[in-house]
Amino acid sequence: MEAIILQILNGLDKGSAYALIALGLTLIFGTLGVVNFAHGALFMIGAFCAVTLSRILTLSRTVVDETQTDFLGNPLEVQVPYVYDWFGQATGDAIIDWAVPLSILFAIPVMMLIGVIMERGLIKHFYNRPHADQILVTFGLAIVLQEIIKFYYGANPIPTPAPDAFRGSFDFGAMLGLDPNVVIYPYWRIIYFAFAAVIIGAVFAFLQFTTFGMVVRAGMADRETVQLLGINIDRRFTIMFGLAAAVAGLAGVMYTPINSPNYHMGMDFLVLSFVVVVVGGMGSLPGAVLAGFLLGILESFASMREVLEVLPGINQIIIYLVAIIILLTRPRGLMGRKGVMED
Amino acid sequence: MSKTDLTRRGLLKTSAIAGAGVALPTIFTASSAAAFTNEPTGDTVTLGFNVPQSGPYADEGADELRAYELAVEHLNGGGDGGMMNTFSSNALQGNGILGKKVEYVTGDTQTKADAARASAKSMIEKDGAVMVTGGSSSGVAVAVQALCQEAGIIFMAGLTHSNDTTGKDRKANGFRHFFNSYMSGAALAPVLAANYGTDRKAYHLTADYNWGYTTEEAVRASTEAMGWETVAAVKTPLTQTDFSSYIAPVLQSGADVLVLNHYGGNMVNSLTNAVQFGLREKQVNGKNFEIVVPLYSRLMAKGAGANVKGIFGSTNWHWSLQDEGSKAFVKSFGTKYGFPPSQAAHTCYVQAMLYADAVERAGSFNPCAVGEALEGFEFDGMGNGKTLYRAEDHQCFKDVLVVRGKENPESEFDLLEIVEVTPVDQVTYAPDHPQMGGAEATLGECNPGA
Repeated sequence: MEAIILQILNGLDKGSAYALIALGLTLIFGTLGVVNFAHGALFMIGAFCAVTLSRILTLSRTVVDETQTDFLGNPLEVQVPYVYDWFGQATGDAIIDWAVPLSILFAIPVMMLIGVIMERGLIKHFYNRPHADQILVTFGLAIVLQEIIKFYYGANPIPTPAPDAFRGSFDFGAMLGLDPNVVIYPYWRIIYFAFAAVIIGAVFAFLQFTTFGMVVRAGMADRETVQLLGINIDRRFTIMFGLAAAVAGLAGVMYTPINSPNYHMGMDFLVLSFVVVVVGGMGSLPGAVLAGFLLGILESFASMREVLEVLPGINQIIIYLVAIIILLTRPRGLMGRKGVMED
Repeated sequence: MSKTDLTRRGLLKTSAIAGAGVALPTIFTASSAAAFTNEPTGDTVTLGFNVPQSGPYADEGADELRAYELAVEHLNGGGDGGMMNTFSSNALQGNGILGKKVEYVTGDTQTKADAARASAKSMIEKDGAVMVTGGSSSGVAVAVQALCQEAGIIFMAGLTHSNDTTGKDRKANGFRHFFNSYMSGAALAPVLAANYGTDRKAYHLTADYNWGYTTEEAVRASTEAMGWETVAAVKTPLTQTDFSSYIAPVLQSGADVLVLNHYGGNMVNSLTNAVQFGLREKQVNGKNFEIVVPLYSRLMAKGAGANVKGIFGSTNWHWSLQDEGSKAFVKSFGTKYGFPPSQAAHTCYVQAMLYADAVERAGSFNPCAVGEALEGFEFDGMGNGKTLYRAEDHQCFKDVLVVRGKENPESEFDLLEIVEVTPVDQVTYAPDHPQMGGAEATLGECNPGA
């Protein structure tokens, strides 16, 4: 029982990341009809927005401290962050400590901008080309972005901790009346799940309750007719691309305290997110979210020792196995509509 | 019309004889040149540095390359000479190797066995490298070592910690200075017993490849021998990035120690996850829950940040050592690059020096002569105290460092503190030890190639 609760909780945060990335993928696919293999790279760049902001916040001036020596016996050069000079040490420390949540504000405009540049600069030219061309160009773009990040930040993971207040873990078991120490769950993962839920809710509300969203939905259903009505649907779709990039970026920002970001984290998520999109049904936003959480939880269950003893290696294939079963029984995915990508 | 007595038959005869005459000396010189693969004939000698320049261990590879460049500089008489001044053997003069100036080529292993073999092959066949060295993964080391054995050149392994490199997969042309899983287990166990007691229940998470298996086996064997119980051992995919589903069940299992047989990015992530789940603040079986990382590196410790504080592990070398060799190396490397060297850089520098020294002592680049000079070679002054290159398996035997993540680091390099220097006798094993491939494991014949 405890093990089951634990693995459901575990699946929720992984599922949150899958759902957020798959949501962005589906938004792009549904609006622009482009299969965007660079979406994992956007997730990764989001994470590096957090790294960049924390580097900016810790920009320092060098003070030579004659009383201490460095590893070669020379006088030690101490780094004093500028925020200490401006706000005093206590406030400065607090600002540095809260770098990851602050990065949300930093990442939204940056990611929107990167998304719009990507769409206008490159992907626009591939609308009338076959899907295979789109996949190749976006995949190539992903590799380029990855190498740029590696060039500037190195290949090793960069620790980006959560604020002190959210470190440690919460004893769910004790709350539910189970033995203490059995069902524990880190605070930050709870926050990640809640954050994902808010973002997903906001995207749906935006599409459902605003005029802009209504036009976009109409464009997704029938682009030509909307254009015939004199609406510049292309511009709206570009904005949607920026929005999808921001969603992926935010998923990346908030993910950094869970796993230290490195340059290939995007690729790790990309392939699974595509499986999520296909299982959820191409072009279906609720399908993407549902499938994201479903596969996240299934993956968690498959990594249990008890399961692995019966079926060794199942943890590595479970997602693909489930994808095959769902596609065999429901070829359009869980919530796929007729006519999407079938012409 | 002039008449010549040149007939077809006559022409063939003459040209055959002339051809043989021209060919004869080259046949002789070719056969003498082919005494062994890539014999250096000019006034330079080419070494091949095969390190990960891309992929997950690229930073480690970059540090290895820095160390090799430093070693080449010192061998050619540049710089301050580094550990050449403290090395107990005085064969090296700073005039290259056997009077030949040292040049080098580099390859990118990408930390993939096939890519590493391809780059080693190209350095041997195209660039004429007479020795290949480097690498940051045991999978790569075993693959490249086998290739060098076939090609007939010496392989001086870089960072590889799996028992197999000098265990079941040992080769006559391959040599390892770095320590191994068995030594980590043997060195760690007494320190763990002293700090955490002998009544402990351990839970192992193990990277699902060659190095993971031998490390788990070694740590289990040595901790079980002193009374610990192993509750469970779970293999984790090498590509795993989020370890939460493996970490979460640990507390439920009744274990009070978690052993992470992970390296590189795996270790950074699994340790970060374990700390997030609050394992280190828990009390189990009336004891503090503890985490152990059998193989530590400073570059990994940097990736894991504050999470490494207080966690035990082992390492081949650390820049804070105060012997003359280490001090000379840190000074030389630190002055050139501005930061202290990693253990990967150290082992690579030492391997390059040991190779050059063995060639000088053998008086030849012939791999069999070099191998003979390295076998049973005892030396000192290279940062690990008295060291023996054992003839039976080409493994270096030296003291092992047990380290702990430092609670109050004084600088960004000051992440690990040395808890104990385990004397070499405690980590020595028989060449036919079961963990090392047993009695079947053999070096085979030395291969000089062509």
